[in-house]
Amino acid sequence: MAKLIELNGISKSFDGEKVLDSINFYIRDGEFVTLLGPSGCGKTTLLRIIGGFETADEGNLYFDGVEISDVPAHKRNINTVFQKYALFPHLNVYENIAFPLRLKKISEEDIQTRVRDMLGMVKLSGFENKSVSTLSGGQQQRVAIARALISHPKVLLLDEPLGALDLKLRKDMQNELKSIQQKIGITFVYVTHDQEEALSMSDTIAVMAEGEIQQIGTPTDIYNEPKNAFVADFIGESNIVDGIMLEDNRVKFSGHIFDCVDGGFGENEAVDVVVRPEDVDVVAPEAGMLTGKVTSVTFKGVHYEIIVDIRGFKWMIQSTDYVSPEATIGIYIEPDAIHIMKKSKYSGMFGDYSSFSDEMDRLSDADAAEEF
Amino acid sequence: MKHLSRIYLILIFGILYIPILTLILFSFNAENSTAVFSGFSFRWYIELFNSPDTFEALRNTLILAVLSALISTVIGTAAAEGIYRMRSKLMKSAISSVTNIPMMNPDIVTGMSMMLFFVAVFGILGLSGDSMGFVTMLIAHVTFCLPYVILSVLPRINELGNSLSEAALDLGCTPIQAFFKVKLPNIMPGVISGMVMAFTMSLDDFVISYFVVGSSSFQTLPLLIYSMTKKKVTPDMYALSTLVVVTIFILLVISNLKSGKRVGDKRKGGVKK
Ligand SMILES: Nc1ncnc2c1ncn2[C@@H]1O[C@H](COP(=O)(O)OP(=O)(O)OP(=O)(O)O)[C@@H](O)[C@H]1O
Ligand SMILES: [Mg+2]
Repeated sequence: MAKLIELNGISKSFDGEKVLDSINFYIRDGEFVTLLGPSGCGKTTLLRIIGGFETADEGNLYFDGVEISDVPAHKRNINTVFQKYALFPHLNVYENIAFPLRLKKISEEDIQTRVRDMLGMVKLSGFENKSVSTLSGGQQQRVAIARALISHPKVLLLDEPLGALDLKLRKDMQNELKSIQQKIGITFVYVTHDQEEALSMSDTIAVMAEGEIQQIGTPTDIYNEPKNAFVADFIGESNIVDGIMLEDNRVKFSGHIFDCVDGGFGENEAVDVVVRPEDVDVVAPEAGMLTGKVTSVTFKGVHYEIIVDIRGFKWMIQSTDYVSPEATIGIYIEPDAIHIMKKSKYSGMFGDYSSFSDEMDRLSDADAAEEF
Repeated sequence: MKHLSRIYLILIFGILYIPILTLILFSFNAENSTAVFSGFSFRWYIELFNSPDTFEALRNTLILAVLSALISTVIGTAAAEGIYRMRSKLMKSAISSVTNIPMMNPDIVTGMSMMLFFVAVFGILGLSGDSMGFVTMLIAHVTFCLPYVILSVLPRINELGNSLSEAALDLGCTPIQAFFKVKLPNIMPGVISGMVMAFTMSLDDFVISYFVVGSSSFQTLPLLIYSMTKKKVTPDMYALSTLVVVTIFILLVISNLKSGKRVGDKRKGGVKK
């Protein structure tokens, strides 16, 4: 697949504060790319630069091999689904969707068939004459998508399009969006801060933090081979402990030497070791590679979430077997469940569950604050 | 409590409308008396309509009001959009207050300053005061109507924000198309109420018109009424005032019906065939 959009050293500051710091990456034709990152990391700004609503201070933006930094938004073959939909309240559903076609002097019959087809695709047949303000959030969302797709753009930018929907509807719309994208085969650039959404929908994920891209890769790459502590922590749950790489395929952490499948580090190089909670097996204390004391057990439906204190470091383990709190258990880790990362500026900031309950509170506070 | 508020309402309406009702009543008086109502007649209306001066003034007033409403609405809406797009917050509030000053100024100050300005300009151009009149009055009326238009349009633009215009650009509108196809329809209620306000302001202005009319013979209704009162107060002026009141009342009803209808339109809307 050919590169459709290419960003080359894109930087942007607002009021002297660097919001995007030398972003480099490219998007292939027909790909579903997700920009994933915490609130305020610059996702919307990056999307607005691609859409033409913001100009980068530095760097080049190429579309189909042509530099388009100076091309105004209305001349770019890129359409956007805005976070707040931005439907035109003075037009009904039909006219909202027909809007881009009416600008192009297309015959009335063509407009009618195209709008009807599009309404069918987003499952809104029969809503033609409704006022957009009487629609539910999910329906407005579909109108916005239909309106953005009807003029056959090469790229669709979506800025947290499902942010305002409830969980159930979100899941349905995720599937629908993905199938629409596959059906029409155009490039989607999707912004979200929901890692689950990113993992389930994307061909490629770009994880962003503090205005920089931390890692680009397929969902499995990003999940299994996170590049640094930030990515490991942001995508799914991770235990991240300090380790020493003794030699290729041998790493020492928590006072024990483990076999692993990573190499290419310096001898005795300090590294970050990632172990996913679901990859840790609970065994009898004498059979364990490490032993520790259980400090809390929470039932999560599919599994128990067990916090174990191993040499002062709190590990999270997900297990389908119940263990009693206060029990001493052993843990066993397969070599391919151990992932080694180079030290980064995020080392030591993530991956310890000692303040787990506090962290959950903070997270849910942040979520709640975002609602407003 | 309920009674109290009702009494309050009656009082307010009484104070506002009894003088106007009295005026209307006496415009139908059979006799030339301001104190005694001696019978119903259209006498003063007939007298009024037989005077060519009145018709001339009425025509002038309407032309002036329509033109100044239209021109000030166009300029005022453009100005409001311009103010909205200003980047610097400081500039924005500075310009907003500057446009408000003519509105706060007493009419007499505005009128005098405009008179001085026009006299100076006409002096430089070597024209006499006789050629003042319609043009100077139109300029003056547009000027004092502008702040009212801006004041009624700017909040609408601020409220609307950028998102709809950006969506329009995104879908292929040029910036000009985005303004006319998306922004304007959504700020229309503000534009219309600004225009109605400008129209009525122009219709009933006396002080500023008085100053800028110069020595020309151009007359508007307020100027005519004033010149008539200098001679003798006759009930045909009541008749004239009654007509003005009725016109304004009809205008208000129409503009209210219109804004009510717009809401209804939004709900219906139809697929164009
Ligand atoms: N027009 C602007 N003027 C000044 N600062 C801005 C502007 N737009 C964005 N910023 C700042 O840039 C930073 C990144 O904003 P951006 O909207 O890109 O974040 P985001 O990743 O989309 O976050 P979220 O997930 O909350 O939408 C924020 O700190 C924000 O305050
Ligand atoms: Mg955002």
